[in-house]
Order: sequence, then structure tokens, then C-alpha cells
Amino acid sequence: MTVADTLNRDWQRFTPLRRLSRFAFYLATLAALVTSLRTIDVIPEFLYDAPDQMVDLFVRMWPPDPAYIAPTVKGLIETLHIATLGTIIAIVLALPIGLLAARNVTPNPLLNLLAKFIFVTSRSINSLVWALLFVAVFGPGPLAGTLAIAFRSIGFTGKLFAEALEESNKGSIEALTACGASKASTFLFGYWPQVRPSFWSIALFRWDINIRESAVLGIVGAGGVGVALDTALNLLYWDQVAVVLIAIFLVVILAEIIVTALRSRIL
Amino acid sequence: MMSRDSRIAFAPNWPTRIGWLALAVYVVYAGSQLGFSADRFSTGLEHGHRFLARMFPPNFSRWELIASGIAESIQIAIIATFFGILLSLPVGLLAARNLMPAWVSWPTRAFIALCRSFHPIIVAILFVKAIGFGALAGVMALIVASIGFISKLFAEAIEEISLKQVEAVRATGAGFLSTLIMGVQPQVLPRFIGFATYQLDSNLRNSTMVGIVGGGGIGASLFTAYQRFDFDVVLAILIIIVSLIMIAEIVSGWARRVFQ
Repeated sequence: MTVADTLNRDWQRFTPLRRLSRFAFYLATLAALVTSLRTIDVIPEFLYDAPDQMVDLFVRMWPPDPAYIAPTVKGLIETLHIATLGTIIAIVLALPIGLLAARNVTPNPLLNLLAKFIFVTSRSINSLVWALLFVAVFGPGPLAGTLAIAFRSIGFTGKLFAEALEESNKGSIEALTACGASKASTFLFGYWPQVRPSFWSIALFRWDINIRESAVLGIVGAGGVGVALDTALNLLYWDQVAVVLIAIFLVVILAEIIVTALRSRIL
Repeated sequence: MMSRDSRIAFAPNWPTRIGWLALAVYVVYAGSQLGFSADRFSTGLEHGHRFLARMFPPNFSRWELIASGIAESIQIAIIATFFGILLSLPVGLLAARNLMPAWVSWPTRAFIALCRSFHPIIVAILFVKAIGFGALAGVMALIVASIGFISKLFAEAIEEISLKQVEAVRATGAGFLSTLIMGVQPQVLPRFIGFATYQLDSNLRNSTMVGIVGGGGIGASLFTAYQRFDFDVVLAILIIIVSLIMIAEIVSGWARRVFQ
């Protein structure tokens, strides 16, 4: 091959297979979008008065009803307990399953798969649906809400915990195994010190998400500030709804600030 | 000479132990505040037994209803993800502190925080009031949720890019738009596809739920079946939702690999 040939060669960033699969991705996205837009059931008549309805909504919300602050705060405290307890239960349940899911801790593909299946199931069912199931079992109230939050969080915390375990350094584990440490000691003194920062980071991150999630569980009767929201909504007291929404907003922002501050100290 | 203490491996760490103890005390306190008791738990388990007995075997005889609900959920998720991403692009760009002045980026960041702080179900309730029952309310609620999530991550991705390539493109005399397309876009596209597929998964999960408050999709059928105590239908719907999400995760894993 002469130098001129080398210089004249076309330079391409991607291989043909890559470009083909990218093209397939774009095509599939477009096809899915067009099909969805054409077949979705939208009632256009409802849209004509949407701006009026929006204005009406905000007019009814203002001014917020100060008398509703007391029940809202009571509900919020319950919500915080639900979120915190739910996160703790989730972590307690997720730890052993996370150990089963980590391929370096449990070298058994069947058990790994089983643990992954539990994680996917836990994450795919929405917290509201989990709440419905637990309300049917334990009756309405915060117990159902706490368990819903816990079961919904197992997948998230467990998956991330298993990933942290898989990334841990083998050196100290092998050293412990070599001096005859038991399984429990290997975990406590080999894995745990390595995964501790990510463990707390995962727990805090999930707690932050759970505060948001537990604020709505009351809509299906599972306790917390959502009960106050549901009552106000059903009675069409929009000024009381405004109080609840403002309170949720403040707590969520506060939780996010706390979590960000704590995480930057841990990591 | 060294003190004896310092030679003990894994010396007891009292602050940590007190921390764990405080956590245990909190669990007991919060549990009592919420009215947990062993009594309640055991009656619950009895109910649970009957509940599970009524769930099995799953009843797929209403498959036409389930299929149309699932189809609507998928439509809601796809449309909401597409428009959510489309709107997130400019919002995320405006929120990136390395490309925008502070008086643009801070209000945009506040807007993103507002979108993110409410659970999609609350947004869905407000949209059901504003534009009535149906899939559109669900779509709008999930668009808001997508903006809150994607814009934030997109802004962070833009803030982490290498400015050398941007400068190189600028040095050729490119305008703002060309700089974005040639200098910024190639650096953020792979991560962006990652966010987008993640958001599609997340929207798919949430679109199965907005129906509970009237936002369309399978959630409506699920809630109706639940209220009629048709728990075998509930289980059938749950099985289909879980398998749908599994398929979606496989597809999005494939998409992420293609764009790596």
C-alpha cells in the first residue's frame, strides 16, 4: 500500500455493526414514539378548559389554611418515622440477599440469580402497589406503609450493596482466609471495612428517596402525611392541600440538604 | 514503650457502639409511636395467609383488559420519556454552571429542584384536576418527573466535560450552536443515553401506578381489581408488570452497550 493510499483512506469513528445498531436504536425509538402518539387515548375536549382549571386550582389554593398546619405536622412526623424505619428494615433484609447476589462472596450462579430476581421484583412493584398489598394484609395504617417502603427499597439497596461488595479488594480477604478466619470474621473484618462508606451512602440516598415516597402512601391508606393530603383532596379543600404540599416540599428539600452534607463527609 | 491498648487488633470502638445502640433505641421508639405490636403482626400474618391463598392461582382470564392497560402504560412511558428528555436538554444546559452565567443557572436549578421534590403521584393528582382523567394527565406528571431527574444529571454531566475540546471548536470560529453540537454533544452523549434508558425504566414503573389516581394505564385496572377483592387478577397484573420491567431492563442494557 502506498503512502497516498493510506492517506486517502476514509476514516470512520464507528464500525459498521455499531452504526447499524445505533441506526436500529434510533429507528426503534422513532417507531415506538409514533405508534404511541397515534394510539394513545386522549380526550381533546378536556384540554379546552385546562388553562381555566389551572388558574382555578391556584386561586382555590391561595391562601393556605393555617388551621390545617397541626394535622399536617403530625402526619409529617409519622411519615419521617415510616421512611426511617422502612429504610432500616430494608437494609436488614437486603444485607443477606446482597451477600447472596455478590458473585465474589457467593460463588454459586443459581443463588446469584435468585437474589437478582428478588431485587428486580422488589424494584418493579411500585411502593404504592406494595402499600396496597400490605394494607390488605395488616389493615390501613403506618405498619403497612413501613413494610411497603421496606420491601420496595430492598431491590435498590441490595443491588447497590452487592455491586459495592463485588468491587472490594481481594487482598485483605485472602489474607484473612489464609489465617483461617471464619466466614463471619471474613465479612466483618475483610469486606465490611471496605464497603462501609458505600453502605452508609446507599442508606442515606435511599432514606432521601423514601421520604418522598412515604409522603404519598397515605393515599391508599398506609399512614403518614398522605392521609392528611387524601382527606383534603376528597373534601376539595384546596387551601388545605396547599398546606400539605408546602410542608412536603420543605421537608424534602431539608432532607436533601442533610443527606448531601452527610454524604460529602462519608465519601 | 508502647501501651498495651494500641496492640489490640480491632480495638472496641465505643462511639460506634453507642451509635448502634441509639439506632436500636430509635427503632423501638418509632415502632411504638406507629403502633406496632406483636399482636397486630400475628393477626396480620393470619390475614396474609388468606390473602395469599386468594391470590393463587393468578387469573389471566381478563387478559384483554390487562393487555390494553399495559399497552397504555407503555405508551405513557414512551411519550413522557421522549418529551421529558426533549425538555430536559435545554433545561439541563441552562443549569450547567460552566457554560451559563450564575443568574441563569441558579433559577434553573431551583426549578429542577421543584420538579424533583414532588412524587409523580402528587403531580398526577394536580394534573388530573387540571386536564381531567386519562392518559394525558399521567403523561404530563411523568414529564415533570423526567425533567427533574434528567436535567439534574445532564447538567452535572455537562459540568464534568473537558473544556479543551470546546475551546478547540471555538477557536475554529464556530458559533454557540456549533460549539454545542461539535464540542459538547460528543462528550455527553453516551452518559445521556444511560440516563435516558434509566428514565424510561423509571417512567415505566411509575406509569403502572398513576392509574390509581386516574392518570391512565394499568394502575386503574389494578386498583379496580384490588377494590373488588379479585386478588387473583391483582397477582396476574403484578406478574405481567414484573416481566415487563425485566424486559425493559434487558433492552436498555443493550442500548447502553451500543452507545458506549
